[in-house]
Amino acid sequence: MSRIAFPTPEPSILARRDEILAGLDALLPKGSLIRQADELRAFETDALTAYRRAPLAVVLPTSTAEVSRVLKYCRDAGVYVVPRGAGTSLSGGAIPQEDAIVVGLSKMSRILEINLADRYASVEAGVTNLAISEAVAADGFFYAPDPSSQLACTIGGNIGMNSGGAHCLKYGVTTNNILGVTVVTLDGEILELGGAHLDAGGLDFLGLMIGSEGQLGVVTEATVRLLRAAEGARPVLFGFDSAEEAGECVAAIIGAGLIPVAMEYMDRLAIEICENFAHAGYPLDVEAMLIIEVEGSEAEMAAQLAKINAIAKSHGVKVVRESMSAMESALIWKGRKSAFGATGRIADYICMDGTVPTSRLPEALKRTGEIVASYGLRVANVFHAGDGNMHPLVLYNVNDEAEEAKAEAAGNELLKLCVDLGGCLTGEHGVGIEKRDLMTHQFNREDLAQQMRVRAVFDPDWRLNPAKVFPLAGRVPA
Amino acid sequence: MTQAKVEMLTPASEAEAAELVREAQAKGRKLDIVGGGTRAGLGRPSQADAAISAAGLSGIAFYEPAEMVICAEAGTPVSEIEAIIAQRGQMLPFEPMDHRSLYGTTGEPTIGGLAAGNISGPRRISAGAARDALIGLRLVNGRGEIVKSGGRVMKNVTGLDLVKLNCGAHGALGLITQATFKLLPRPERAATIVIRRLDDRRAIEALSLGLGSPFGVSGAAHISAGMGREFPRTFLRLEGFADSVDYRIAALLKLLEPFGAKHALEAEDSERIWCDIRDAGFLAAPTNRAIWRVSLAPSKAADFVASLNAHALAHFYDWGGGLVWLSSEASRQAAAAIRAALAPLGGHATLIRAPDELREAIDVFEPLSSPLMRITRGVKASFDPDGIFNFGRMYSGI
Repeated sequence: MSRIAFPTPEPSILARRDEILAGLDALLPKGSLIRQADELRAFETDALTAYRRAPLAVVLPTSTAEVSRVLKYCRDAGVYVVPRGAGTSLSGGAIPQEDAIVVGLSKMSRILEINLADRYASVEAGVTNLAISEAVAADGFFYAPDPSSQLACTIGGNIGMNSGGAHCLKYGVTTNNILGVTVVTLDGEILELGGAHLDAGGLDFLGLMIGSEGQLGVVTEATVRLLRAAEGARPVLFGFDSAEEAGECVAAIIGAGLIPVAMEYMDRLAIEICENFAHAGYPLDVEAMLIIEVEGSEAEMAAQLAKINAIAKSHGVKVVRESMSAMESALIWKGRKSAFGATGRIADYICMDGTVPTSRLPEALKRTGEIVASYGLRVANVFHAGDGNMHPLVLYNVNDEAEEAKAEAAGNELLKLCVDLGGCLTGEHGVGIEKRDLMTHQFNREDLAQQMRVRAVFDPDWRLNPAKVFPLAGRVPA
Repeated sequence: MTQAKVEMLTPASEAEAAELVREAQAKGRKLDIVGGGTRAGLGRPSQADAAISAAGLSGIAFYEPAEMVICAEAGTPVSEIEAIIAQRGQMLPFEPMDHRSLYGTTGEPTIGGLAAGNISGPRRISAGAARDALIGLRLVNGRGEIVKSGGRVMKNVTGLDLVKLNCGAHGALGLITQATFKLLPRPERAATIVIRRLDDRRAIEALSLGLGSPFGVSGAAHISAGMGREFPRTFLRLEGFADSVDYRIAALLKLLEPFGAKHALEAEDSERIWCDIRDAGFLAAPTNRAIWRVSLAPSKAADFVASLNAHALAHFYDWGGGLVWLSSEASRQAAAAIRAALAPLGGHATLIRAPDELREAIDVFEPLSSPLMRITRGVKASFDPDGIFNFGRMYSGI
């Protein structure tokens, strides 16, 4: 059924399985190596569940030093390595292959230091995104990027994919909020990039590492920037009769010099699905809804909302519903953040992640509807409108192979559309295996060759997460 | 630049630039990259055979105010871009430093120079650095190939981030031909709280308290006695809509009352002090002194400066204490003392201004560990295998 190809497993590695596993076992504390077929099943896919591969084995190291020993061993043994956080990747970034060792960071989940005077936290890579914010919430601080999966996903995975979230319109994505990382290269070398200070001292290897999808090394620790939370925050729902009106309203708000912390878009189907799940009070009689969040003191929020309300009115807003309590606000965000899960309750879906310039949003939405309809499928649109990061959910039936193939074909067309409109293939989920073969649509030969030559500096033999990001054909050797 | 005059190549297009680079590669010539020439003193002295100028690559490729994005050819003057975006009430978020007063240069800083140098100013602490605002670029690598990375949208994780790698590479990896920056609305109003007569430690405590408050401090600096006044002054800036600034100034004054905060500067008075801080103008004279820019954790900054004793001739702090600007004698001893004091604290020190002999003799950028040096060499070779661009400017032999 799989249409995305994996490399053929190397028989020479498979044949040495016992020897390789014995070697790894000797390097690590008892209980760090997972080798039984039934236990390996939990690691054979991530959130891109249509694709599965059982790895050779999984190791769960407990320290940077152990990761270093494992990687050096894997390099010497000529075996492939796939790093893994919580396995929530929507692009297949953590899917293993039969001849690879999965290096899982789940046991490295400690918060090492919190320094509020200098506004940073040092954590191990396996700590969850939300756990960081929770650890400093009582002091009024938070870690800004908030992917929908933040309850489960790890900071190491966020770094690998340069994850975003609903609030990056104001606060930026992962790469804007990480001060330093400890990363282990395939040679077992431990690199410290950045630290508790701002900006790199030489070439920006920290910036290169973030979003590199486990291709350059394994991140084991991170120093993240902590921000002080605003005095208050309030989401407001704006319902519109058409996608165009909603899209133009977003552009007008930004054009007026307002930067709300979040501007999220949902279409009729997405509203219905999420409302049924979260009972957040979303309006059901509109074609499009924006969740716009403002923050600050009561007076500041009121002033911003007055400006936003005026703009929305001039764009034909039909319903305005302001959150009146912390509980209502939580419900509004619960609805939005469970969009993927809630959709999963009514149908199987693939979630796209292309970005378009915000001025092209109305056109992108229209073409999205047409493309998906042309395959005889349905689409729910839910996305970050302020930055043009679209998440069309293409619904299909996983037990119908022909329909699954159609859904994937439609998804590929949608991503190409994003590139053709001046955007990109992926805004925050990463390339993984999912968009690997579309990379040539966004980049030409020179662009890709330059990226691959940089990659080769870190991993000349393509041992790290090898099936991902770059098309399997035409790879540049060291 | 103090070197002898060399031939200046001035391509009129990206394609022509690529051709000139291929020619240089074939002839084994080394090229210095020149923008407006206002920061030519930054980095180690070069020994290039010729210079390649971005002056012929000028103009706005597109400006989308509703998307808060501008794309310009590398040689476009920053002043031209700032004028155009100001008309639509927007600005470059990172408040780029102007190096002309420090170096005594004339010329016009270019947008390509901001990208290549990751040139940021006081607002870096709240709005991010140039590296954070740079979302796309095109460059000619040392093979004479045109390479693009990033794009025009804010959220983009497609492939390796060669944009960040080039931002702050000081032209070591290629000739940037076009840069795309995201913008922010220009604040309706800015006001700056001033606190007088704090010593360095207390000042940084006050700045940390402000930055850790919910009031959105967008500038946090402390300058020494003798820099405009006979006593030290501590500044915290708030920006935004007028009413909101009113409210937050009052709230922050209350919070900082124990430090003696009483009043705030407005309009031109506020603007002027941040220009001085941004451009490190306090340290420009005397011109025979070396100038250092040190990034470290704010709470370590005052101890760092104190440990330098007489080696720190003058100093001030930006970024809440996390950026120390200091002047020292232009000597190897002073340089060694500064690097030795910083080493146990973490962070990095850059020798921003010094005579050629000193920049030739010591590391201008923070020295690298041997694995990082190996990777730096590898990445340089991956872009520029023959070492054509700005050879030796960041590190000797690279």
